[in-house]
Amino acid sequence: MEDVKEMTANKVVAKEKKEVKKIMVICARGTLEDVYAALIMANGALAEGKEAKMFFTFFGLDAITKKKADHLHTATVGNPAFMRGLPTMIGGLPGFEALASSMMKKEMEKLDIPPVTEFFEMIEAGGGEIFACKLAADMFHLKKEDFIPEVKDIITVGQMYELAEGEGTHMVFI
Amino acid sequence: MDTLTINNAEIKVNEEGYFTDPSQWNEDIAIEMAKQQNIDLSEKHFEVLHFLRNKYAEEVPLTIRKVGKSGIVDIKEFYKLFPGGPLKISSKIAGIPKPVSCV
Repeated sequence: MEDVKEMTANKVVAKEKKEVKKIMVICARGTLEDVYAALIMANGALAEGKEAKMFFTFFGLDAITKKKADHLHTATVGNPAFMRGLPTMIGGLPGFEALASSMMKKEMEKLDIPPVTEFFEMIEAGGGEIFACKLAADMFHLKKEDFIPEVKDIITVGQMYELAEGEGTHMVFI
Repeated sequence: MDTLTINNAEIKVNEEGYFTDPSQWNEDIAIEMAKQQNIDLSEKHFEVLHFLRNKYAEEVPLTIRKVGKSGIVDIKEFYKLFPGGPLKISSKIAGIPKPVSCV
């Protein structure tokens, strides 16, 4: 057993550390927490001096849709991590989800986490690029003018991979 | 703990090069620190550096967003002034610890 450990440790040490140069965040979800995870990772990469690109697809399109971006919700039903012990039926009461979401937004503001649309402004200001998925946009009948101005283009999956090209790119799927 | 010698002063820094004693900082030292990052400090740079130091002294957690709302620079200008990680690099030059915020 000891020999195995030693071999593994040596291998780890021998591995060359390679820098993360670019982050490509793909967000397919439209809940508050998932969209914020995507935004924080992309913005964090820029703040560290890395390149960041974002690609929104399916329900993730809500995050970049003008009318919806600042009104995202967190799920209070079907989310076992939300208020453990809360009966599902209570979580489903009219207005409950909106209340829970607005309370979460207030807590985030205290930590200097900006609203979604402002976050996109920050990411663009930091040199990040934001894209919408063509297939999903077609499916939901969304056009460029439906999206926030920071959305650079509506692109195909092939174009998305082109954007991810280069050494040191890491892709994150949310 | 390491020491940096800048303008004949022994500066105490941590292993990443951030000041461990912000009171050792002055503008001449900042100019030298900035040169190591290939930055020529302008008036605007100094305004940002003093803003960061003041906020640090007031124990306000620093974020890029706060600098963007400072009225000195917007976020785009901030990235331009300190390329390659604006808050980290400006904090290093400002002689304050590395900011720990995720936003």
